Amino acid sequence: MYDFHMEISREQVLHIGRLARLGLQPAEIDRLTSQLSDILGHFEALGAVDTADVEPTAHPLPLQNIMRTDSVASSLTREEALSNAPEVEDGLIRVRAVLE
Amino acid sequence: MSELWELTAHAAQEGLRAKEFSAIELTESVLSRVDAVESSVNAYITRTDTIAREQAMEADARFAAGTATPLTGIPFAIKDLIVTKGIRTTAGSRMLGDFIPPYDSHVFEQLKRAGAVLVGKANMDEFAMGSSTEHSAFGPTHNPWDTERVPGGSSGGSAAAVAAGECLAALGSDTGGSIRQPASLCGVVGLDPTYGRVSRFGIIAFGSSLDQVGPIGRDVQDVATILDGISSHDPRDSTSDPAPRPDMRHYLGRDIAGKRIGVPREYFVEGMESGVRARIEEALTRLESLGCEIDTELSLPMTEHALAVYYLIAPSEASSNLARYDGVKYGLSERGGSGMWENMEQTREQGFGDEVKRRIMLGVYALSAGYYDQFYLKAQKVRTLITQEFQEAFTRYDALVTPTTPGIAFPCGAKLDDPYAMYLNDVYTLPSAVAGLPALSLPCGRSEEMPVGLQIIGDVGGEGTILQIGHAFEQSFGQANRLAPL
Repeated sequence: MYDFHMEISREQVLHIGRLARLGLQPAEIDRLTSQLSDILGHFEALGAVDTADVEPTAHPLPLQNIMRTDSVASSLTREEALSNAPEVEDGLIRVRAVLE
Repeated sequence: MSELWELTAHAAQEGLRAKEFSAIELTESVLSRVDAVESSVNAYITRTDTIAREQAMEADARFAAGTATPLTGIPFAIKDLIVTKGIRTTAGSRMLGDFIPPYDSHVFEQLKRAGAVLVGKANMDEFAMGSSTEHSAFGPTHNPWDTERVPGGSSGGSAAAVAAGECLAALGSDTGGSIRQPASLCGVVGLDPTYGRVSRFGIIAFGSSLDQVGPIGRDVQDVATILDGISSHDPRDSTSDPAPRPDMRHYLGRDIAGKRIGVPREYFVEGMESGVRARIEEALTRLESLGCEIDTELSLPMTEHALAVYYLIAPSEASSNLARYDGVKYGLSERGGSGMWENMEQTREQGFGDEVKRRIMLGVYALSAGYYDQFYLKAQKVRTLITQEFQEAFTRYDALVTPTTPGIAFPCGAKLDDPYAMYLNDVYTLPSAVAGLPALSLPCGRSEEMPVGLQIIGDVGGEGTILQIGHAFEQSFGQANRLAPL
């Protein structure tokens, strides 16, 4: 049986916030620390459910390997595909520098 | 006396076919209704009056040419996470505030092919995360029965538009209750189809193993007709079930005597309002008088875990799906920072609202190293147990009947500061969603002058049975097409 630790620390929230790249402000981090702890605290009973030998469900339908014919079909034009890009140059999406 | 916008879709169809009025007259009636009440309801993010008039004229041409379908000329609201080519699609988020899709979703293609009329893109909780439509970047929708109250969510704009006469029918999407809960709170009919029945191609993703588009209408017949119109197999969605779809309207009007109905006792626990309980008990008595065998001894003990399972799995999937909003390819792009990473953080900080950030955080946490087994994997295993419990029950019952929500529509703002209290609104709609089962919500009376919804859950592919039972109930109850007194 897993040990269900439902308290989430401010450091953990800070860490997850960085992973998710949400640009969280200090006040948001404080609020999320208490809200996420509260929400997770309500999930404690889940830890007590016996799930030995139970397969996880990733997907509710028993569908497997749905195939289609590999045939040429129309798709978006380059212009359409770029129509919502914030910055375009020479038919390509322009991105900011990755390396500083 | 009676206005065209008050009609059900099937009554409007009869009028259109009999040339009592034209599709353009019907559309103009709906548009003038939108003009009259939209300032107090705010059901739409984007109105599409010009497109609606063009489509109505095409619909009239189809009636003249004899090529009309059961949805031709019917004014629709569609939830704003359903992608529409050339028409802004926001998912209720600042992130997509200027997004003009270059392609159509499968369901919108189906509606266009059928000759339906688009009135506008309906308001919703941002990225379908919420139960009140207060988490919209475009302002909250108000319940047309009492504009001081919420319409439910996340398809609150769709349900409110149907209830207020701002369209005749609507499409919403349901991940954990987002069609049924607002349908219940707004006194209209909503159906969450079996997972895989309606294509998710062109639906802005929230929880991919749960999301499903479905109809909202003023009566069961309209909901059945719309489901027939949108549910064809689509090879562009690999989770679209290739099995043939039987005609749903075929099930309507049939006797329901002998139907075995289970009433799981776990749905009648503390927290349910007494007015809701009374209406559900009356509904069960009515179903019994129609010849159904009602079993109130049924127990589904896994029910209590559905909320935790859902609120671990759906946010986990969301945190992955919403990783695509990085300000690079489309959507909001903050460009003030010094480089890519800083811009990405600024974009996501500015583009996402509080509830979306909260769910992403919950999901990233549940999926992160050291917690995956404890949270995400555990939830997936309990999801299996919930599904097995339903499967076992459906060997003995044709349908399960429960309340749709524990209470009537709550006052605006009442649950905004308590996320868990908001989540509890979905406590009766989450279990079937987790198991991928179809479920219908339909009105069964009122409590404190506000609508109460009855939920009928079916087995996999059991839409026909639950629509049949819902239709028989509705005919007996005699209160179909109750518009909000607005």
